[in-house]
Amino acid sequence: MTRGLGRPPLLLLVPAGIGLTLLLVPLVSLLVVTPWARLPQLVASEEVLDALRLTGLASLSTVVLCLLIGTPLAWVLARVEFRGRSLARALVTVPLVLPPVVAGVALVSALGRSGVVGSVLRDATGVVIPYTTPAVVIAHTFVAMPFYVLSVEGALRASGERYDAVAATLGASRWTTFRRVTLPLAMPGVVAGAVLAWARSLGEFGATVTFAGNYQGITQTMPSLIYQTLQNDRETAQTLSIILLGVSVAVLALLRNRWLSAGAGTAGAGR
Amino acid sequence: MNRRPSVRLSVVAPATLLVATLAACGGGDDGGSEQGGGGNTVLRVQAAASLTDAFDQIAEEFESQNEGVTVEATYDSSGTLAEQAADQAPGDVLATADENSMQTAVDGDAVAEGPEIFATNTLVVVVPAGNPAGIESFDDLDADDVTYVACVDTAPCGAIAATLIEDAGLTNEPSSLEPDVRATLERVVADEADAGLVYTTDAMSAGDDVETIEIPGAADDPTSYPIGVLEQSEDPEAAQAFVDLVLSDYGQGVLSDAGFGSP
Repeated sequence: MTRGLGRPPLLLLVPAGIGLTLLLVPLVSLLVVTPWARLPQLVASEEVLDALRLTGLASLSTVVLCLLIGTPLAWVLARVEFRGRSLARALVTVPLVLPPVVAGVALVSALGRSGVVGSVLRDATGVVIPYTTPAVVIAHTFVAMPFYVLSVEGALRASGERYDAVAATLGASRWTTFRRVTLPLAMPGVVAGAVLAWARSLGEFGATVTFAGNYQGITQTMPSLIYQTLQNDRETAQTLSIILLGVSVAVLALLRNRWLSAGAGTAGAGR
Repeated sequence: MNRRPSVRLSVVAPATLLVATLAACGGGDDGGSEQGGGGNTVLRVQAAASLTDAFDQIAEEFESQNEGVTVEATYDSSGTLAEQAADQAPGDVLATADENSMQTAVDGDAVAEGPEIFATNTLVVVVPAGNPAGIESFDDLDADDVTYVACVDTAPCGAIAATLIEDAGLTNEPSSLEPDVRATLERVVADEADAGLVYTTDAMSAGDDVETIEIPGAADDPTSYPIGVLEQSEDPEAAQAFVDLVLSDYGQGVLSDAGFGSP
């Protein structure tokens, strides 16, 4: 196929090579400098196990929340005509461009003990959100859901309303149509969006530490642990980074074989 | 968890604005001073977060004494700055909030002159204005319903906090270990925690936003602030002059006004 189109031009090959190098050199360097000997001992330490458990729990909960509330949101944005829809669409993308720390500040001003919503909640029920594991999940969902919604909305709009209309003429209710026609057609976008949201959650640090806090076993995720370790022990921080890198690459490799390559095209169309 | 988008929006917008405004304020100083003088020497001072107010004032004095020199101060956690210095990150002067961090820079062959101790600091308990949780002493933090925060124990303020908490036998653990002392203070100022363990100087810089409670025995556990000229300094003379100003009567006066102890 390539032969018929001629040689790939250097004008594309050189920047592509630079891009690949930029992405790979830091990761390879991390692999080279890491003191591997300490890996087993570190992985077995309670602190790291707690952080890994919490990171896994938070990222999976984030994906579940995205599926439960992000999917309907994407559907509404793609299929329901209402005033201010384009504004709503734009607002969904705001957390994408927000620095994570700012997202954390915004969450504190909303859901903190003295926040706009948080203070009402605290006075009424005594419930305080920060410093809890749910706070970590809320922070992660806040920063990750836009990736999911964009991906799914893109897939929904790409698949079009034609099949929905056909289903309707055959007597399907709108809920049945959503369940049996719309969602299956958008599945590649759903999967790609879920992977994006999961990956975003896995690496989330700024919003988490600003809003939820940092305490072992409750709010301390792997990125928080790595950051605090980096303050006085770079070698351990490098080894911890390898652990996080290993986990994420393993999961991505598993997903890529099954799902991701199918979903990537649709996700790209959505942006 | 089912927040309505409209609620989120109304909160995000002002918060973003606020942060943007703060950023603009911070950047304003740099923009103005870059035009000063014809010499255009830039002195990069890397200092612990707790030195922010005092060093800003000393830097201003230094600029007025040295025509054409601009001081660019970076404030971060001591450990981060020391790691960066040891990594040959650009910089002229390094001032940390503890001797361990400075040792990292020394071990990395990054310190050319010094280090010399120029100040000390002790931990206190701060509570939000009005003291909503009614905390009267360090021991009051031990009530289960009290939410308090401290620095993470890899930061100097956190290492001391951990020692004090252990010595006092407190069983109620902190709700969060913040990355640095400013983040710890911010939790209290914003009334997101009933109390926090911060340096005397941070408590003073927060003014009326917080009330301060002394910790018995904290004076026996001070942290010492070392300062040194970095190996990678492009202008070691100016860097040494800055260190001298910090150690001078003027610099010591500013530090003392900010609540620092003398070495």
